[in-house]
Amino acid sequence: MTLSLEGFRLPLTPFALELDVTLSAHVTAVFGPSGAGKTSLLEAVAGLRHPQRGRIVLSGRVLDDAAAGVRVPPRQRAVGYVTQDDSLFPHLSVAGNLRYGAGRGVARKAPLGEDRIVDTLGLASLLDRSPATLSGGERRRVALGRALLSTPEILLLDEPLSGLDRPLKVRVLEHLLKIKAAFPLPILYVTHEAAEVEALADEVVVLDAGHLVARGAPADVLRDGAPGRSDRHLAG
Amino acid sequence: MFELAVDLPVVWFTLRVAALAVLLLAPFGLALALLLARRRFPGKALLETLVSLPLVLPPVATGLLLLKFLGRRGPGGRAARSLFGVDVVFTWKAVVVAMMVMSLPLLVRTARVAFEEVNPRLEAVARTLGASEVRVLSTVTLPLASRGIAAGLLLAFARSLGEFGATILVAGNIPGRTTTIATAIYNDVQTGLDGSAYGLLAVSAALAFGAIFLSEVWLKRRTNA
Repeated sequence: MTLSLEGFRLPLTPFALELDVTLSAHVTAVFGPSGAGKTSLLEAVAGLRHPQRGRIVLSGRVLDDAAAGVRVPPRQRAVGYVTQDDSLFPHLSVAGNLRYGAGRGVARKAPLGEDRIVDTLGLASLLDRSPATLSGGERRRVALGRALLSTPEILLLDEPLSGLDRPLKVRVLEHLLKIKAAFPLPILYVTHEAAEVEALADEVVVLDAGHLVARGAPADVLRDGAPGRSDRHLAG
Repeated sequence: MFELAVDLPVVWFTLRVAALAVLLLAPFGLALALLLARRRFPGKALLETLVSLPLVLPPVATGLLLLKFLGRRGPGGRAARSLFGVDVVFTWKAVVVAMMVMSLPLLVRTARVAFEEVNPRLEAVARTLGASEVRVLSTVTLPLASRGIAAGLLLAFARSLGEFGATILVAGNIPGRTTTIATAIYNDVQTGLDGSAYGLLAVSAALAFGAIFLSEVWLKRRTNA
């Protein structure tokens, strides 16, 4: 799978997100400080925002082409988008949430299998519960499962560990590693935690004020820690 | 003194036309509420003002406007005549129209708040999960706004039951044909039928209390959820 953003420009305040990049790693971390445009990038890939200029191409399929007026609606994109606040449907049970997108998307391939997803994420005992009764970590796992069950071609994760306390972070991270091992599904992983990038990502792109300031293997890019200084790697 | 009596046919007629008015108003009113809650468009402030106008305009003035509009020479009246071959003014249909117009603001304003409280991210996520707009509306937006919608419908129903000013102008007060609880009370007091007036007063007080109480309970539960 490759995700390309070609001449991509999305106006934000106070800057614009401008990218020209092709991503093809299994897990690509989108790293950078708050307000760098990371979430807006996910929203654009999910089709919730549309670029003013440029194209978004996912595995040869044009999702957006500003010049040609192409705007594939979110429901036809086959993207599994997990928002930062997990956005579970409060009026549906866990099972209802999980199955909301099952078989409804524009699956171009065989479903990943409900049993396998429920097993991988340890959701079997939660199926009859209401989202209101779940812990933060359980909510994240349900949101992940719901996205996987919609048979996505790419998983878009927006800071899936934020707001969790340390032990919960470790447990949800374990589940993310399980997902990575169990499903050959590309993942775009937004975070501002270097530790998560190192634990999970195969490649990292660093965003700052809407621009890509560094990319490469996590160990190389993160060697200096702060993304503000990583523009040095561009020259190198 | 007087003997308390309840004019049941009038009560029954009023309940039926009020229910019909709310039923006919619901699709239009909810669509309008959703439009005002979710979209930005030129002339929105004007539309908001027009929707709320019946709240503050004297009901009799609204009734006069309706009378001109629905009368034989009015555009609405002529359309009803050529399309359905019926007259509207001074019939039960005019009662329904008066109730619809007068309760529109209560439904739209209550339902709009309910729609605005539905997190748009939930709708966005539903779309990424493959849901069509119709499915998003029926499985996410409407269920999550349902308590506010129910409260709005109930308020509209209660307002319809008590409608007087617009009704009396556009539908008159024809016993057995257009007389509602409100206009009957007025009639009874004018003609000294105190027993009947107090009977209807008791009925309308009970109906109004029940409707407002229920809608308050529903609105509270929604905000606590």
